[in-house]
Amino acid sequence: MAAELLRERYEIQGRNFDKAGEVSGEIKVLLRDLGINAASLRRLVIVAFEAEMNVVMYARRGTMTLILTDKDLNLVVMDEGPGIPDIDLALQEGFSTASDEMRELGFGFGMGLPNMKKNSDEFRIESAVGKGTSVFAKIRLSSDD
Amino acid sequence: MKLSEVKDLLQCEVLAGESELSMDILQVVASDGMSEILAFAKSKDLMITGLTNIQSIRTADIAGVSAVIYCRGKRPDKKVIEFARLKKIPVLATNMVMFDICGILYGRGLKGIS
Repeated sequence: MAAELLRERYEIQGRNFDKAGEVSGEIKVLLRDLGINAASLRRLVIVAFEAEMNVVMYARRGTMTLILTDKDLNLVVMDEGPGIPDIDLALQEGFSTASDEMRELGFGFGMGLPNMKKNSDEFRIESAVGKGTSVFAKIRLSSDD
Repeated sequence: MKLSEVKDLLQCEVLAGESELSMDILQVVASDGMSEILAFAKSKDLMITGLTNIQSIRTADIAGVSAVIYCRGKRPDKKVIEFARLKKIPVLATNMVMFDICGILYGRGLKGIS
């Protein structure tokens, strides 16, 4: 059983593009200061940033919880938003429901969810249409952490 | 290749990180799509983009790239440049289009990530 060392919960505001990415930036600084190795840290913050952008682009609000244990880094992202009707389809590279506005911001090219999955050792999405989406990601710490 | 050589080749204006131009550039990642940068960039890459909003620097910070060059004459606003300074990411800007930039740097031996 992994021992929990740290748990931080962050609020994410939907549609606030100026602040989009701030939470992931904070998490990066926090983990760097804790001495987490660069490879694990990089994978975690890429997952966090893509997840944060998705919440900002699609949802009204959301939360991101970071849980550090002695074995792994875990992210739980829960939003109040439109939900994802077909998760398998959403995970296909290139599939996107983004608006032109989102693409002008540099996102919504159908790579966000695949990027998150690729950078996670365990990755799971649960979604209810009209209610919201939850994303769970686990990144195992490498032996030199 | 030194960032200072890249600056000269692409006739760049330096917007942030004037003292960092001696850094070595080994590889380049070029896109207006931030997820593409996040998917393909390796730490220490040079990032070329036409996207000048705050997310371009957030992406650069998250991906761990060494410097950012804005192409086709686009300039970020002051807030973005200040944020890049805070994150210690050098920022340059050129009037060249992305295709020409990539061709010039590729011709000088820099490669992308494949």
